[in-house]
Amino acid sequence: MSGHHPTTPLTPTARPHSAAAVIRKGLLLVVLVLLLAAPFLVYPIFAMKLLCFALFAASFNLLLGYTGLLSFGHAAFFGGAAYFTAHAAKVWGLTPELALVVGVAGASALGLVFGLLAIRRQGIYFAMITLALSQMFFFFCLQARFTHGEDGIQSVPRGALFGLINLSGNYAMYYFVLAVFLIGVGIIYRFVNSPFGMILKSIRENEQRAVSLGLSAAQYKLGAFVMSAALAGLAGGLKALVFQFATLTDVGWQMSGEVILMSLLGGIGTIIGPMVGAGLVVTLQNVLATSEFPVTVITGLVFMVCVMVFRRGILGEFYASRLGRKLGFGLPG
Amino acid sequence: MNAIPAAAPEEPRVVLTARGLGKDFAGFTAVNNVDLDVEHARIHALIGPNGAGKTTVFNLMTKFLQPTRGQITLLGQDITKTRPDRIARMGMVRSFQISAVFPHLTVLENIRVALQRPNRLATQFWLPLSALDRLNGRAEELIETFGLAEWTDTRAAELSYGRKRVLEIATTLALDPQVLLLDEPLAGMGLEDVRMVAGIIRELGKTRAVLMVEHNLSVVADICDHITVLQRGEIIASGSYATVSQDPRVRTAYMGTEEP
Repeated sequence: MSGHHPTTPLTPTARPHSAAAVIRKGLLLVVLVLLLAAPFLVYPIFAMKLLCFALFAASFNLLLGYTGLLSFGHAAFFGGAAYFTAHAAKVWGLTPELALVVGVAGASALGLVFGLLAIRRQGIYFAMITLALSQMFFFFCLQARFTHGEDGIQSVPRGALFGLINLSGNYAMYYFVLAVFLIGVGIIYRFVNSPFGMILKSIRENEQRAVSLGLSAAQYKLGAFVMSAALAGLAGGLKALVFQFATLTDVGWQMSGEVILMSLLGGIGTIIGPMVGAGLVVTLQNVLATSEFPVTVITGLVFMVCVMVFRRGILGEFYASRLGRKLGFGLPG
Repeated sequence: MNAIPAAAPEEPRVVLTARGLGKDFAGFTAVNNVDLDVEHARIHALIGPNGAGKTTVFNLMTKFLQPTRGQITLLGQDITKTRPDRIARMGMVRSFQISAVFPHLTVLENIRVALQRPNRLATQFWLPLSALDRLNGRAEELIETFGLAEWTDTRAAELSYGRKRVLEIATTLALDPQVLLLDEPLAGMGLEDVRMVAGIIRELGKTRAVLMVEHNLSVVADICDHITVLQRGEIIASGSYATVSQDPRVRTAYMGTEEP
């Protein structure tokens, strides 16, 4: 990152020295190695689930963390794309990558409709409108014929990537999911650190001023909304292929709430934070799934502790800590 | 001052008008029957006691508020129903009473944000941030002109109050507007900064229309060509400083505060 990066420290003495940069690169490498080795360390399906939710949380955070919009209806894009992808793969017989394209296109279209209706509202009104629209979509999915109501779309074929590589095995599927995940994260990183991202940042910092400079804030926010919906759709479509089904669970309002929890827990306004939050929540759900104790009570408690003790989220607190700053992680905004 | 081309004063020509402008807030009339003519290459001041409705007039003219009554034109076009971002693109840019900078962006980034859209570098979400380096030349020129070179890479939040105002004006000028609306550009500044910014505004007024709300009457007397006095939302006097300051109603309005 050359030039004038927004997180560049102000005084030359505080500039991250090369040692910190090496450590950061090292950490990134460790994470990459862990991601590559994951299916041999944990149950592959679980690893894939983690990646799907990490991408979902990261896409949600594109909106909350980088645009300042709290959407309460992201399940519609996640679950909607799951249905579209499942339908495309099963009924139309498309290859997995094309089925994903269908899912993403569908989620983007939904995002455009939601966005056009909600984007001019602020704060809680925006959240309420997105919630209302996603509930409408939920009932549509309950009634529509192609979603098969309560049953959902079952036994979706994973198919063969480009018609060549068979994905029915969990290892092959894992590396496909990992590749799509990395592409998704790459898109988010570029989006945030782009001329468009800079305009978004200015709108988040002072919307009136941005408008007075001739920027139509609503249109830029709409762009971010559609991008967020598309990436949430990518995550949802991927999940449908991994589990080979699409059901109402993924479009319900609880799913919209869960992704908010993941993002806040990990730290909004950081790219990696929401993914860490997603990992934590999904792991917690998996561990507690077999216990007597209700999962929702535990996640609720975790959320309360998060709000009270570390408001910036786990990664946000780490970035702001002395160690985090020494390593040159800047907190944007 | 290469960022502000010096030119001989041009012929007066009305660029911004208001006719019968009015605004009601839930039964309370904040602005009533205001007529304004802002001319090219002139500095026009809007003065009046606190609560006279000056900022409301500003918000109406720039369409951050929708007028209840009346009509506004900019460069011959009716803008009574136009959205504020469109107005900025038409060539009228405002500043705000409370300094409006982007606090977590550096001085350079603040100015570049203003330059991005006119240079078609606002919507590319696929390009890296370094694509914006193309704008550095023009941005640094403005930074230099306004004496901010030392703080190019400083975040706006860490600038002194006066420098934030200077940055705001520099950002506004990045758009090269035909009409500038400055809401109390000198408020809260030290003497040095007042002198510098007043000098900048005087220069700007040679080539563009400037409408400013200002409390510093000595500066108003010094640099403004035309003064409109507002009281309780209505115009009570309008004309040159000499005319306005002799008006008995203006004297009464200002009694106990400042002698005009």
